[in-house]
Amino acid sequence: MITVEKNTMPEAPVIMKNADPATIPLHAIDMSQPDLYEHDLALPFFARLRHEAPFHYCANGQFEPFWSVTRFNDIVEVEKNHQLFSNEPNISLFDPMEEVPFQSFLQMDPPKHDVQRASVQSAVAPANLKNLEPLIRERAARILDDLPVGDTFDWVDRVSIELTTQMLATLFDFPFEDRRKLTYWSDLTADSNGGGSNVSREEQAAGMMECAQYFTRLWNERVDDPSGNDFISMLIRSESTRNLVDNPMEFLGMCLLLIVGGNDTTRNSISGGVYALNQYPREYEKLRNNLALIPSMVSEIIRWQTPIIYMRRRATADTELFGKQVREGDKLLLWYLSGNRDESVIENPEEFIIDRPNPRHHISFGFGVHRCMGNRMAEMQLRVLWEEIMKRFRFVELMDEPVRFRSNMVRGYTKMPVRVHLW
Amino acid sequence: MTKITFIESDGTTHEVNAENGQSLMAAAIGNMVPGIDADCGGSCMCATCHIILDSDGYALVGEPHADERGMLGLTPEPSPTSRLACQIEVSDALEGLVVRLPEFQM
Repeated sequence: MITVEKNTMPEAPVIMKNADPATIPLHAIDMSQPDLYEHDLALPFFARLRHEAPFHYCANGQFEPFWSVTRFNDIVEVEKNHQLFSNEPNISLFDPMEEVPFQSFLQMDPPKHDVQRASVQSAVAPANLKNLEPLIRERAARILDDLPVGDTFDWVDRVSIELTTQMLATLFDFPFEDRRKLTYWSDLTADSNGGGSNVSREEQAAGMMECAQYFTRLWNERVDDPSGNDFISMLIRSESTRNLVDNPMEFLGMCLLLIVGGNDTTRNSISGGVYALNQYPREYEKLRNNLALIPSMVSEIIRWQTPIIYMRRRATADTELFGKQVREGDKLLLWYLSGNRDESVIENPEEFIIDRPNPRHHISFGFGVHRCMGNRMAEMQLRVLWEEIMKRFRFVELMDEPVRFRSNMVRGYTKMPVRVHLW
Repeated sequence: MTKITFIESDGTTHEVNAENGQSLMAAAIGNMVPGIDADCGGSCMCATCHIILDSDGYALVGEPHADERGMLGLTPEPSPTSRLACQIEVSDALEGLVVRLPEFQM
């Protein structure tokens, strides 16, 4: 019979979902629990941390130990120092899957990061967006025109997923009839980072291998004539990535980054906008009366929703940070969701206000060398969609509470029942 | 006060009397010059205050430091005389500086 001495047993982590944000002991706070985001319970805990322990160590959580950086300016400070706080080997709390250890430039530091990013960033740069805008508008219009007026339907599936997936298929020049494969691969990748997945590791690994094979085929089809404006042709043309396919895990990493980067984020901002406007009917009325507010509303949606909850960094050396001793190898989670609710930087941060004076000053895109490459693309998609929504519908009415992702990394919705009302 | 001229990508010119000690970015924002977003608020972390100088102006303000160079690499229209406006301090030495704005910011 095996006996375990009582004092060697680790204390069981607190179940955060059942905890009271006002009274839970600070040391017990564990913001990595996916339950918190599935049930939208995280914000009061972050407020407590920002006020009482803005740089906080979670030693005994559901997963591995980590530091939390919760204030806006502290997050910027850590992001600035990319030598000391590295993106390698991964930007989620979890290390890369051993079965499929893909790596993208988001999981690399400069200088390697810089050359890989440079090879694709012009696809989503503003100059190219002008060319894409009419196509996005046409597709958004078609999606909206097909909605069943008078019926309750799922906004996430019919609009948010459909529009972002169509856009991704365009950027990759991906076979249109297979486009939901992109959604599937994206969700698998996000699941593997979110800590709350029900998908088996075998299924995840198999899906990612399928993705690698599919994109390798597209690469091979295009390698002799890479004249297109799609991501794959750009990689083939670029000096620094023209042999990328020979390094399968970097090639897969690049493909997955471009898929996930353009998918979860925009998708959940599209859903989040509908949710926010239903929570704040006065703001919806402001919008109806002044469509010129759409661009600033778009930035506010991206802040208020904060589709990416955090990014991880790894300390590359022992160092003192914000008055505490950080050890080499420690993981630091930069909680964008908390930074975007930091009352010392953003006035009335809990409120959704579509005409804020400085709406782009939010942290959803991150700052520094890893700042979101597609930020203008995301804004343009949302702006065009809302312009087209407002042409048709007086009200996109939320019919029931949405179902949220069970993930500590992606803040979003899996179902959102709505009904649309014509003008 | 130092006179700075900002020129938008479409040629529109803005003559600004900038306060010494503030950044070129703050001078542009404070004088309602469009085309500079300054999302990060001036900490060399977003590259949305990208400006392009002529060679004389570039020689006057000097080379960017390593962090700024890294951020300039993210801008959609980099040029050999690109700088970030938040990293340049206005002083008498910049009297008459001409600053061109790119069509797009990062």
